Amino acid sequence: MAQQMGDGHRRFLQTMMANGVVDEQGARSLHQHCCETHNTQYARDKLDDFIAAINSKLQPMFMQIRRGMSEDNGQQYYALVNMAETDVTRMSSDYADNELELFRKTMDLIVGSESGKASSTDILNSADTLTTKKLKKSETEHLLNRLVHGQWLSEKRGEYTLSTRCIIEMEPYIRTMYQDQVKVCQICHNIAFQCQICENPVCGIKIHNPCVARYFKGRSEPRCPACDDFWPHEIPEIRRPKSQSRK
Amino acid sequence: MTQRKRLSTARQQGTLGTQEEDDDPTFTQPSTSQVQKGLEKLTPAQVDQKTAEVVQYFLVKDQKKLPIRRADIVKHVVKEYRNIYPEIMKRVTRTFDQVFGLKLVEIDTKNHVYILINKLETVEGPSSITPTNPKMGLLFVILSVIFMKGGVVRETLIWNTLKKLRVDPGEKHEDFGDVKKLVTDEFVRQRYLEFVRIPHTEPVEHEFHWGQRADVEVSKAKILEFMGQLHEQDPQSWSQQYREAHSTTDSSQASTSSQR
Repeated sequence: MAQQMGDGHRRFLQTMMANGVVDEQGARSLHQHCCETHNTQYARDKLDDFIAAINSKLQPMFMQIRRGMSEDNGQQYYALVNMAETDVTRMSSDYADNELELFRKTMDLIVGSESGKASSTDILNSADTLTTKKLKKSETEHLLNRLVHGQWLSEKRGEYTLSTRCIIEMEPYIRTMYQDQVKVCQICHNIAFQCQICENPVCGIKIHNPCVARYFKGRSEPRCPACDDFWPHEIPEIRRPKSQSRK
Repeated sequence: MTQRKRLSTARQQGTLGTQEEDDDPTFTQPSTSQVQKGLEKLTPAQVDQKTAEVVQYFLVKDQKKLPIRRADIVKHVVKEYRNIYPEIMKRVTRTFDQVFGLKLVEIDTKNHVYILINKLETVEGPSSITPTNPKMGLLFVILSVIFMKGGVVRETLIWNTLKKLRVDPGEKHEDFGDVKKLVTDEFVRQRYLEFVRIPHTEPVEHEFHWGQRADVEVSKAKILEFMGQLHEQDPQSWSQQYREAHSTTDSSQASTSSQR
């Protein structure tokens, strides 16, 4: 039951393009707004069909509106993704070559880390090893701010993680680039950076923090889904969307 | 086909700003029969792929609302597919229209420069997703002044109007930064305004006109409506402007209920 592409769909797509990433609540209100603006039939539970109609038209362009989970709060976000991209070229209009190189190095640090975070100190050190034009300390700090502002990185207490938008948009690139090196969540099977790891040396499976919260909810004795060893980490609470204040 | 790389610096486009490459002198629009022959040698998948790449290129470049040059499209994206360039552009135009609700317009037919214009009317949406852009507010004010004054104003009028609104072109503004640069450079590059030198003025003075993007994207009827509210007057009381706003089939706003 594919919907026809109308101005409502186009407005939705344009807004997605302008925003980079949209949370689930935002997508729902946008869906409603677009349907009402263009007198299209609206039903609250038809968001997936609505997006599918857009995606079928985006397919020949190797683009898709994809959904992904925030590693921070476990909520769903939507982003417009270029499926054909094999490099960080989407960013290339906003960042210089050496800035992109630093971003790649930051990504290397994040992928390679156990916590899924890179400290500003480590990033500043990598700025010294750039093969393209070097970046000064102040320039690096300024660049990191721009990357956060541009929704590619998130920052908390001097540590940087890949933003939800970045993960959704660059998933194909990351999988290709890092292959076995990138962690994958045992529960949802998506790539994972901030996660808990099974301490059994023979097992070592990874689970996203929000996926841990959901999977182990209500279990008195949490056990690894793969090897059945006791799961030693603190089980986080499931975060509810209502109280979320958007940055 | 021999490549004659003529570095003709005489082609410098002064008004279009810095560091723009020369229009590729070796690219001439292929004929219909050449395009046909070219298409026969390629698979549909190849043509689709190339179309997709051009669409991507436009979208990335258009993020800044700056014009896109045919020479750059051919050099950076189309490349060896240049013999079917018109066919690719035909498909790209159709895609933008049907999928994105954007209109691809060649604003400079001599130098082959394009912009993407929004066919959908700007409507305020849920505020978290569609935050109002203060720059557009400022632009709207400027466009209003120009329109109400018959389509042309001297720059001093604009600067005085803005000063009255506490937006001083001489000072750095909290939201807009360098106001003069925003108005005379950014808005001009984006084709919202035209900033034209008035000949024989000393010191040099300029006048403002609506730019091509504004002509298509901004509704004169809406401006008049806004003026009406501001001055508590009926829009029709400005008879000349009213006529102008409602005469042309404003190719600007696609009606909100249009169905394709």
